[in-house]
Amino acid sequence: MSVLVFVENWDGKFKKATFEMVSYASIVAEMSNSNVVALSIGNVENAELEKLGKFGATKVVSVTNDKLNFLDNQAYTSVIAQVAEKENAEVVILSNNNTGKALAPRLSVRLKAGIGSGVNHLPLSITPFVVQKRAYSGNAFANLLIKTPVKILTLAQNSFEIKENGSSTLIENFNADLGEGVVKTVVKDVQKQTGKILLTDADVVVSGGRGMKSPDNWAPLVEFAELLGAATACSRPVSDEGWRPHEEHTGQTGKIIAPNLYFAIGISGATQHLAGVSSSKYIVAVNTDKDAPIFSAAQYGIVGDASKVLPKLVEAVKEMKAK
Amino acid sequence: MKVLVCISNVPDTTTKVRFIDDNRKLDTTGIQWVINPWDELSLTRALELKDVASNGIEKVTVAHVGSVAAEPVIRKALAIGADDAIRVNAEASDAYFVASQLAEVIKQNPYDIIMCGIESSDHNGSTVGGMLAELLGIPSVSAVSSLSIENGTFVLTREIDGGKENVQVPAPFVAVVQKGIAKEPRIAAMRGIMMARTKPIAVVEPAAIEAYTEVMGYEMPKPRAACKFVDAENAGQLIALLQNEAKVL
Repeated sequence: MSVLVFVENWDGKFKKATFEMVSYASIVAEMSNSNVVALSIGNVENAELEKLGKFGATKVVSVTNDKLNFLDNQAYTSVIAQVAEKENAEVVILSNNNTGKALAPRLSVRLKAGIGSGVNHLPLSITPFVVQKRAYSGNAFANLLIKTPVKILTLAQNSFEIKENGSSTLIENFNADLGEGVVKTVVKDVQKQTGKILLTDADVVVSGGRGMKSPDNWAPLVEFAELLGAATACSRPVSDEGWRPHEEHTGQTGKIIAPNLYFAIGISGATQHLAGVSSSKYIVAVNTDKDAPIFSAAQYGIVGDASKVLPKLVEAVKEMKAK
Repeated sequence: MKVLVCISNVPDTTTKVRFIDDNRKLDTTGIQWVINPWDELSLTRALELKDVASNGIEKVTVAHVGSVAAEPVIRKALAIGADDAIRVNAEASDAYFVASQLAEVIKQNPYDIIMCGIESSDHNGSTVGGMLAELLGIPSVSAVSSLSIENGTFVLTREIDGGKENVQVPAPFVAVVQKGIAKEPRIAAMRGIMMARTKPIAVVEPAAIEAYTEVMGYEMPKPRAACKFVDAENAGQLIALLQNEAKVL
């Protein structure tokens, strides 16, 4: 028996979210008396693969194949399923990011395994297997019983602390069986966002809403974010108006994020917005309306105009950094 | 060419949810049901593609798995412009159940493009589209923010962590769509509402499928501590609080 965790790499490197996932898997393995096997697809150097051992992976299965240079959901599903069967996996864990969301459901059918998606806690119990997941867009949690022998979980980002508990790991190369014509997705071009902290990876996010009044007022917000090493985000009206790019829209229909700290600047906090950010550990709100719903979701608040408050925040961060 | 848009009916996004029966069931009293936002955008894009004659789309069908209670939402999809609808007459017990019912429908009557929203705003599973593609053994592209037909080729943009990719896949395929696929959901015009009354909704009895999962109960998020206010004149104090009290900076 094993807990299999699929670890994605970005240009040969893992991210903090990867180590969170392996740490999570190692506790699930402990709860179910099994071992963690990590599966890496793509070219990752051994030194990087070995890092997974520190977080509890006793074995790393590495699959490299030119057919897998780009994500093809069918081909990747086939590889993960082959390794899951070979390792006798009882639980398969993926990230709840776009890749995980693309693969987990296909894998579910292939392995006849029920899915708990977007889980942010350890299983409530192993027998029976019950996990807690987001429901009603963050307005509730569902306790989900997975009835199948094999279980699939997708883990929400930033929902589990990294824990170093292992040591060395065994690296095994695996030749996955990929028949002719399996890969049907042709990737024509890739546009990567470079030099910016990704919204979904960021520990701190600074987000602006209509209270910013004009796209020309964003400079202090961006400066504030840069000083904090934070990603920038925005509310839906702001992206709909074209003040900021769609990629920055956080909320129910945009990105769902869970940073440690979320600044909502000039955002009133409609239910749809909160659906995307309510899992943040701390929410700070700046708004002119003291009755704005965002203050019910926030732990810290300032009633005031963004244009007056932001420069003061920028100054305070500069002072903090100078110390 | 035929397009199928899978739709789910969900509580209006501003609903304050409550549960009954020992927190096992949603209290549906007073709830306004709407088409799941991503499904509505999918339908809009499907109709936009159909509007361009050279794309060669003869029909856009919507499919739903659920009881007769969902018919107003299906009628709305017809009013927006879908040509016809299929309803599998069963309570949607879990994602696998829903995907399996849809797969049965599609096996009877194949479609070239199948569109599913990336998640439903009630169960937030992000699972039906991918499961459906696997059940049918056809490609799926997930997190699709644009879909077009160029000289008979299907071109999709998908979001990846930290960027976008333009990809091509052969039909039939499942596009699991997210924000960006259409600008604004299309709104039903009076003529559409009149026409929707006579458009057919085929009711199909469900196949015998056993669900993989079951919701044991719901919990509400813990209420957050009351907001601590910092005076706007001394906004800088907030940074000290975040550093020393919350310890998040």
